[in-house]
Amino acid sequence: MNEKTVTFIVDGKEIKARPEQTIMKACDEAGVYIPRLCAFKDLSPFGSCRVCTVKVNGRPQAACTQPVGEGIVVESQTAEIQQIRRNIIDMLFVEGNHFCMFCEKSGNCELQAMAYRLGILAPKFPYMFPVRGVDASHPDIFIDWNRCILCARCIRTSCEIDGKNAYGFIGRGPHKRVATNSSAGLKGTDADVSDKAPANCPVGSLMYKRIGYAVPIGCRLYDKNPIGSDIEMKKTT
Amino acid sequence: MTAYNETIVKDICRRFGNERSRMMDVVKEVQTSFGHVPNEAMDAIARALSCPRVEVQSLVSFYAFLTERPKGNIIIRLCDDVIDRMQGFDRIADAFKEELGIGIGETTTDGKITLEATPCIGMCDQAPAALINDVIVTNLTKDAAREIVAGLREHGDPQRLVKRLGDGNNAHELVRAMVVNNVRRKGDVIFGEGKPSDGLKNALAMSPVEVIRAVKTSRLRGRGGAGFPTGIKWEFTRAAKDETRYVICNADEGEPGTFKDRVILTEKADLLFEGMTIAGYAIGAQAGILYLRAEYVYLRPYLEHALAERRKSGLLGNKILGHAGFNYDIRIQMGAGAYICGEETSLISSAEGFRGDPKTRPPFPAQKGYMGHPSAVNNVETLCCVTRILERGAGWYAQMGSNGTSGTKLLSVSGDCKIPGVYEIPFGITLKEFLAMAGAEDAAAVQVGGPSGQMVGPAEFNRIICYDDLATGGAIMVFGPQRDLLWVVSRFMEFFVEESCGYCTPCRVGNVLLRRKIEEVRAGKCDPAAIAYLEDLGQTVKIASRCGLGQTSANPVLTTLKNFRPLYTARMKENEAGMQMTFDISAAVRDAEIIAGRKSANF
Ligand SMILES: Cc1cc2nc3c(=O)[nH]c(=O)nc-3n(C[C@H](O)[C@H](O)[C@H](O)COP(=O)(O)O)c2cc1C
Ligand code: SF4
Ligand code: FES
Ligand code: FES
Repeated sequence: MNEKTVTFIVDGKEIKARPEQTIMKACDEAGVYIPRLCAFKDLSPFGSCRVCTVKVNGRPQAACTQPVGEGIVVESQTAEIQQIRRNIIDMLFVEGNHFCMFCEKSGNCELQAMAYRLGILAPKFPYMFPVRGVDASHPDIFIDWNRCILCARCIRTSCEIDGKNAYGFIGRGPHKRVATNSSAGLKGTDADVSDKAPANCPVGSLMYKRIGYAVPIGCRLYDKNPIGSDIEMKKTT
Repeated sequence: MTAYNETIVKDICRRFGNERSRMMDVVKEVQTSFGHVPNEAMDAIARALSCPRVEVQSLVSFYAFLTERPKGNIIIRLCDDVIDRMQGFDRIADAFKEELGIGIGETTTDGKITLEATPCIGMCDQAPAALINDVIVTNLTKDAAREIVAGLREHGDPQRLVKRLGDGNNAHELVRAMVVNNVRRKGDVIFGEGKPSDGLKNALAMSPVEVIRAVKTSRLRGRGGAGFPTGIKWEFTRAAKDETRYVICNADEGEPGTFKDRVILTEKADLLFEGMTIAGYAIGAQAGILYLRAEYVYLRPYLEHALAERRKSGLLGNKILGHAGFNYDIRIQMGAGAYICGEETSLISSAEGFRGDPKTRPPFPAQKGYMGHPSAVNNVETLCCVTRILERGAGWYAQMGSNGTSGTKLLSVSGDCKIPGVYEIPFGITLKEFLAMAGAEDAAAVQVGGPSGQMVGPAEFNRIICYDDLATGGAIMVFGPQRDLLWVVSRFMEFFVEESCGYCTPCRVGNVLLRRKIEEVRAGKCDPAAIAYLEDLGQTVKIASRCGLGQTSANPVLTTLKNFRPLYTARMKENEAGMQMTFDISAAVRDAEIIAGRKSANF
């Protein structure tokens, strides 16, 4: 273990970190939560959602990929940055088709939970209502592209944890989407029910089949505590 | 074109050593053989290169010039950027559509010819222009369009459409293009006089560290847009611990309105290759890569020839000019139609055989670039300046230009001006002085630096062209008083929507939302609150985007809001009725009307 530490400031609070850590990791350990969607414990950082945007010495950076540095000054909960985060969450809502009221992920959904945490009740941007499909060809797993937020957590989990390459991105710009590693769709891949990938999807896009409302709405993860509470709890422990 | 055949695919893969990193080249050759990249071919490529199939599809679906679906043997790509549209794109497109009997994005019923639109192909000074397979056609008219279709129907050979050859090396037997250079003003650096190889000889007489010091003394800054000091970049690259290093020349020139690198590649290829060689010596690289945009593939045979000549003359290869221990060669990597691949880390992804997604920084290319090795990425013009600096001295170079910015700059000017073309000017002149040179005194607005730059009006024309004031990678697009600037903004946003790589949320979604709002403003459907909406949304895209594309893509909106705000307010009205002005009730009931089989009585 590296004994050296660096000290830096987040929203006025002094934090000690190991030099190889990202700003997000260091803040997590110090009990300071930075909102995020694509970053996920045990997966390599990806930096795509931009919800974790912070300012480092005045320059915008993604906290999940940016390394710490001695004496840096990080702004996270400022009015300007919270507004940017709300705009990004808004963008993800209008880009897809998210019908929370009848989504099995409701209450466990990180997108929904982040919207609540940031105080969003309805998006201010116009809905795009894209026409997207569903791949239900696999016996145990399905993809509903209507809810995909392109965070690459399935792609990274499949590769880094499940030891497969069941998913990948295709297309460019607004046409980008998750595809499966087979022209026959999900059933043509080596994805199976023991994979972690569906469990790590933040929304209801990649799901295990035949699990519906096992925990009632109202008793689910983020029904009880806002997203990020687990990290903020550390403050007191 | 042949029917799908697995042996052909395997052979192609083998020719590239079954190297995963050469997938761009493999896929391009497969497409050349079959006209597209068929499903089965993707499986076969994946097997041969030992990678997941989805990575092949990921690459093919990313680039505009690659296709999973069959298209015609001949693909006509009309440049539909603003300059071409100002110069008659619609008329020409109509002529093509009429003659071919198809719309844009379609293929003729005999399956032979496909008609498409493409962003700036770097021919803005001779617009309207188009690419027909690899062949460039310029100054198009309706008659020319008809002749082209007739010719293609008759002989099917795009090269035979070139009746008159352009000037200089455009007429070289390995180029044979109708493109013209339009070099309007020669300066002392790029178009100055010099003795071939003197720069390289001088460099090899110095130590690599001394070469870097000379480049630092010259105060040369990158000509690709960002203006990073070249000497410092090289110092970082040289300092990175590794045995292998690369020089990468960025010849992607995708910024609409920029075409100066095309002229350098045509007329000054040796100046560039010499600069790349000096860079290799300075940073301790064994290889250089020229990343050439797909639109400029017509220059490739000539450039390959120039490289071969240099190898013959001992200017590339082992022991360059007898210098023991300096072994260095250059290869050309073709792009496949993606503006984002001009961004240096996307360019590296692309050259490594992936979709052109930018990489996370740090590490920077100087630390971990191509194939994980330290790489110096420089623009074409930057590397040409290097040759002259070593040839004529850092002091000579540094005294040219303005206080903060040394040297000269190539500007490519197009649009509403009398003398479009390429100008080599010393840094430090005002925009006004430059506009006078180009015959654009009555400009109402000028887009400096292309869509990612800024739109300025006459109040700003006294600003100085240099890195500390009006910085530009080289594009100057002139708009006369008759032009609708909000239309220009809308076209630029369309460009960014299509060219975003889609990796990060603000750029992928935000540009779509910006374009939509601009369209609503243009349609008179907005109240003054739309200004705050555009500013807030534009700032989010600018601040939160992951790479330079998204960080600048809101500029058409933000800079016109700053410099041309009355254009916006003139199209807005107070929302007195308290209705949602963008809501179109007739459109909303249309589906219901179809189902009901009658028109709505109320709407
Ligand atoms: C979206 C985007 C497109 C770019 N396109 C080009 C290009 O076509 N040519 C170029 O030289 N630099 C381009 N750049 C800048 C490069 O990232 C990089 O800064 C440059 O090649 C470095 O070379 P220089 O220091 O010699 O200017 C682009 C940057 C962005 C963000
Ligand atoms: S800003 Fe984001 S989406 Fe846009 S090109 Fe860069 S990485 Fe891709
Ligand atoms: S959490 Fe950092 S970009 Fe998504
Ligand atoms: S060639 Fe058409 S705009 Fe540049």
